Amino acid sequence: MTDPSTMHAADIAGSVRDGAISARLVVEAVLARIARVDTAVNAFTDVLPERALTRADAVDAARARGEALGPLAGVPFAVKNLIDIAGLPTRAGSKINRDLAPARRDGALVRRLEAAGAILVGGLNMGEYAYDFTGENVHDGATRNPHDLGRMSGGSSGGSGGAIGAGLVPLALGSDTNGSIRVPSAFCGCFGLKPTYGRLTRAGSFPFVGSLDHLGPMARSVTDLALSYDAMQGPDPDDPVATTRAPDPAMPSLDDGIGDLRIAMAGGYFARGGDNEAFMAVETLAASLGCGRRVEIPEAARARAAAYLITAAEGAALHLDRLRTRAADFDPAVRDRLIAGAMIPAPFVERAQRFRRWYRAAMLDLFREVDIILAPSTPCRAPKSGQVTFELDGVTLPVRANIGVFTQPISFIGLPVVAVPVRVDDGLPLGVQVIAAPWREDLALRVARHLERNGVVSAPHAIL
Amino acid sequence: MAEMPKTEPASGGLDAYIDAASALLGIPLDPAWVAAVGANLTVLQGAAGLVAGFPLPDEAEPAPVFAA
Repeated sequence: MTDPSTMHAADIAGSVRDGAISARLVVEAVLARIARVDTAVNAFTDVLPERALTRADAVDAARARGEALGPLAGVPFAVKNLIDIAGLPTRAGSKINRDLAPARRDGALVRRLEAAGAILVGGLNMGEYAYDFTGENVHDGATRNPHDLGRMSGGSSGGSGGAIGAGLVPLALGSDTNGSIRVPSAFCGCFGLKPTYGRLTRAGSFPFVGSLDHLGPMARSVTDLALSYDAMQGPDPDDPVATTRAPDPAMPSLDDGIGDLRIAMAGGYFARGGDNEAFMAVETLAASLGCGRRVEIPEAARARAAAYLITAAEGAALHLDRLRTRAADFDPAVRDRLIAGAMIPAPFVERAQRFRRWYRAAMLDLFREVDIILAPSTPCRAPKSGQVTFELDGVTLPVRANIGVFTQPISFIGLPVVAVPVRVDDGLPLGVQVIAAPWREDLALRVARHLERNGVVSAPHAIL
Repeated sequence: MAEMPKTEPASGGLDAYIDAASALLGIPLDPAWVAAVGANLTVLQGAAGLVAGFPLPDEAEPAPVFAA
């Protein structure tokens, strides 16, 4: 029988519903694999065996009673530790937040996944307060890249990427403010969905930049992304920007193929300033989709700069009291950026917000011509752990600030993206962003599923 | 492309601004942090210059929280 610890979520749920396997057996196998493998990867900060096994027994008991089980029945999952887990302080990768009172209830998305039958097994490592692209953390240690333990997992959802890439759980939740789902998805070779801004509730999660924060799933199959995404949709008055739109399930059209979708590669800014392999990954996907067209995303460099400013300013405002009283307890790299962010003159930030309005309108115009845009997720493969600079296009640049050059202009206006893992050779994986117009996650997921079905993209877990 | 444009520190250097701003904001600043804060502020200044270089009509409203 297939090892239940590394099965895809859809296969686990099908087997549990059919009675071929019990939820307890799945959870026990996953807990054993975490105990064996995570000493090397360091993806988990909290493992919850008692809670998970109690929940598994409840799923098995419901089946024994003849009750209908949910679409994620028996599926173990874990969440970035900025999402509330009842009974634990929501540390958000920090030392300071460990002094908070334990969360009184789970975050909204945890509750929605468990209502669909899934089983929370733990909390995942992350960059401090999500201000990170590396997956490194001075308090909890770095999450290592499961495909090469000497390299970065990417961040800030590094534990989520590490857990999926290492085959520790089939499903994880991350957050993405400037690329924090898409970067670790690329480095760790997994699929990630950053939905439209406002699509999935963020209630019960620790914020970073309110006007840029998204939550979303990461997995080793597109079907698992879509299944979990559908289970998490729906309005939520507890998140002021959660959409009031009715849920728009992606599963019914997931296997519809690409039909006559208008697909183009992003040119200009997105076709330079990175390693050749990053652009080869995009061209590989485009060729398999029969796409030779390129479009120019207007003023992408300014969009990135504006996102950078807004992030620093909003993040600093959020943390101002902590900077006043506990500055020495921050990760120094985070602290120095936040202090600088607090000092930005207000007109700089207001200008960035006004530019955002223009850029959003320009992008909506572009989506009248195309349905899907392909762009690299990162400018390179995973750098070495602790690496401070890298060379892109012959220019030496700081790693931390520049891993997100291709993700920031996209999340700046909340566009939905499926990050797909691509292998152009025997080396480490790369990622490509499959970008759609607002509220068209279904199209991005369809394209990703088409690529997966044709064997162009896949997310095998690391052999550990 | 990838790097923010290089900018010269504000007239008179940023150290005086950082000192004044830390007092205004009530953030006690360890002298050892000033250089790193200044480096970050310089990058942010470059980003602001890039954004400011794009002409916007006076009617362009900010989009702090927006419907995607």
